[in-house]
Amino acid sequence: MAAPSNSFRAAVITFPGSNCDRDMAVAIEAVTGEAAIRVWHGDADLPDRLDFIALPGGFSYGDYLRSGAMAAKSPVLRAVVAAAERGVPVLGVCNGFQVLTESGLLPGALMRNAGQRFVCKTVELEIANTSSPFTNNYEKGAKLRVPVAHHDGNYFADEATLNALEAEDRVAFRYIDNPNGSRRDIAGVLSANGRVLGMMPHPERAIEPAAHASLGGADGRGIFENLVTSLISA
Amino acid sequence: MKVRILVRLKPGVLDPQGRAVHHSLDHMGFDGVEDVRIGRMIEMEVADGTDDATLTKMCEQLLANMVIEDFVIEKMEPA
Repeated sequence: MAAPSNSFRAAVITFPGSNCDRDMAVAIEAVTGEAAIRVWHGDADLPDRLDFIALPGGFSYGDYLRSGAMAAKSPVLRAVVAAAERGVPVLGVCNGFQVLTESGLLPGALMRNAGQRFVCKTVELEIANTSSPFTNNYEKGAKLRVPVAHHDGNYFADEATLNALEAEDRVAFRYIDNPNGSRRDIAGVLSANGRVLGMMPHPERAIEPAAHASLGGADGRGIFENLVTSLISA
Repeated sequence: MKVRILVRLKPGVLDPQGRAVHHSLDHMGFDGVEDVRIGRMIEMEVADGTDDATLTKMCEQLLANMVIEDFVIEKMEPA
């Protein structure tokens, strides 16, 4: 498990069709003071000594076949899975969450929104897990307002998997007012070791304290700040 | 060799898209529709002799999401 010495080395992966990679890199730099390393999906190797890997939102491979399905088979994903197995924290946002479920790093699947429409609005989330490195500075039940923008954000897993996720405290966030039909109102899910987080809302769009609330606010910032703090004190 | 693969949602997985189509058919006056579920059909041209295990792996690893879908492989007889 790498902890930052005097720098925080973060990688943001770009797939063909990713379009939230720059926002993710900007958010990481705003919080850490370090430029994120931009990695192209075709690279079989990741930079060494990474502290954090982000899979951004967008429409990788045009959402062809299934959202995230082909990105999950990209050369770089093997290296991301290996890094996750070594304990490197991984955050998948929106399309990134879809890649994480398609790759098996997280359980379940993201299906077409129950209302069939693309949903683009700010939602209120409730923090359900406060032990992961992404969420351990929050109080259980704390609320965040974060933008969503997706057509296929409907989280599905069978009852046994959902029960296990709840029993193991691996539901990270729940929607207060479910916008897409996700089972158990699940908006974000953690891996068994808590170091891989997938979420449909976009915390990287809610980073700037000075931003008007309608531009996203700053409720997403804490997720990144928590991670940096957790790694420094690891 | 032509191969046709049907990818369908597993029983028990809700299909709002199928339900929306069902409602449209009802509104169009087709009274006898009891259920609609929507899947995907993939046609492939593969080398003769490609074995069933390989075709199955293609389905399990990419063409179908095994969490929510199942698949049927149909090998088309050459004309």
